[in-house]
Amino acid sequence: MGNYRIEVDLDLCQGHAMCELEAPEYFRVPKRGEVEILDSEPPESARLDIERAVQSCPTRALTIVDKEN
Amino acid sequence: MSGSLREVQRVSGGEDEHGHLEEFRTDPIGLMQRVREECGDVGYFQLASKKVILLTGAEANEFFFRSADEDLDQAEAYPFMTPIFGKGVVFDASPERRKEMLHNSALRGDHMKSHAATIEREVRRMTADWGDAGEIDLLDFFAELTIYTSTACLIGRKFREQLDSRFANYYHLLERGTDPLCYVDPYLPIESFKVRDEARESLVGLVQEIMNQRIANPPADKSDRDMLDVLVSIKDEAGDPRFSADEITGMFISLMFAGHHTSAGTSSWTLIELMNHPQILSAVTGELDDLYADGEEVSFHALRQIPALENVIKETLRLHPPLIILMRVAKGEFEVRGHPIHRGEFVAASPAVSNRIPEDFPDPETFDPDRYDKPREEDVLHRWTWIPFGAGRHRCVGAAFGTMQIKAIFSVLLREYEFEMAQPGDTYRNDHSKMVVQLARPAKVRYRKRQSRG
Repeated sequence: MGNYRIEVDLDLCQGHAMCELEAPEYFRVPKRGEVEILDSEPPESARLDIERAVQSCPTRALTIVDKEN
Repeated sequence: MSGSLREVQRVSGGEDEHGHLEEFRTDPIGLMQRVREECGDVGYFQLASKKVILLTGAEANEFFFRSADEDLDQAEAYPFMTPIFGKGVVFDASPERRKEMLHNSALRGDHMKSHAATIEREVRRMTADWGDAGEIDLLDFFAELTIYTSTACLIGRKFREQLDSRFANYYHLLERGTDPLCYVDPYLPIESFKVRDEARESLVGLVQEIMNQRIANPPADKSDRDMLDVLVSIKDEAGDPRFSADEITGMFISLMFAGHHTSAGTSSWTLIELMNHPQILSAVTGELDDLYADGEEVSFHALRQIPALENVIKETLRLHPPLIILMRVAKGEFEVRGHPIHRGEFVAASPAVSNRIPEDFPDPETFDPDRYDKPREEDVLHRWTWIPFGAGRHRCVGAAFGTMQIKAIFSVLLREYEFEMAQPGDTYRNDHSKMVVQLARPAKVRYRKRQSRG
């Protein structure tokens, strides 16, 4: 488990599924649905993929939150 | 609602008949910046009979961008669109309908690869007769190029093949028909509205010709059909054509509208900023040369990361957002930062002002593409003030397509040609006299074929 978690603002998600393209192991977006985060606390090794997914979200619905140590 | 609301303050100036309209037609960004300076995050200016409450800063913007259509309505806020689209074509759909459309539209992620190939092909066609060196006008070049790319990608290759520069010229005149006087009356007897209506008629004429050809030569099979073949084949209950040339033209205009002047303007400003910053230009050219050394196509790399170029595009969009103001009409009573907003008032957000707030974007006037690198990532960190594509529910659905398009265009141009300014750097500027912001003429640039590559 990494030192961060993924948060989503479902009020903003419009189901573009760009996050799923970047990191399919952590995001799933059903047709006509909103994002489902498959694992909101991914390992450190996945962080680059997750950052790309957050960046690519057209509605800025995703954020990475660093955990308190 | 709390009892201690302070009424929104009016910005100075605007003593004329139509309030601040005249200033809005000449220096809209200066006016909106003054609203922020004098009134803070919430202030208003007077556009003809309408109070326009301008929101800036993260908190006020978040209210703006999170609001539902039932609360802040878009359709009524852009009266200049009705004469352009024609009656019966909606300006924008509800977020729910947009979501639905997105999943069925040409903007879906899985179409991007073929769009990138189309864009590369169109750039190569536009530059085919360039020779070794010469001069172009940025507005002419990019406005025509993006007519071909947007028709080919959004309507169909077949339709694009039936267009020439006449379509681009008429379309440009339509975009010029967006004088802020539309807030007095979009049908005032002024020259640019007259030209607008004639240009629309001319576009309908071109589309009618193409429709006649389609009806005379129906597609042999389904694979040969584009959107226009489908539209002309639809009949009403009486067996007559369901859509007139006027209606189909309106649909096409509306399909293309959001993506056209925005992509043309951003392409122009990307090149201007690159020429303004030779070190950044050579870094971006070097990045493209290295990346494409693997022999892959534009349709491969334009869909993937091109970090230096992407940062340049983001910074260009921050400083030169193609839409400088986004408008809504309040459908109820609201409270923002201690101020009331009343039913019927116009409410606005301004990418031009918010993108330059110094607290969020240090040294805001400086072109600094590094501000998007980790750990600064100012676009992600300030998602409610870095708003070239808007934000929230109505954020531009074409953002990914538009960014890819510019990556594809410059993947071709910068690997094939060198560019230099043909006029002083500070003479490239936008014309703000219309709601649709365009590059002011002249905007001349010289090109030379690169020698190092074959």
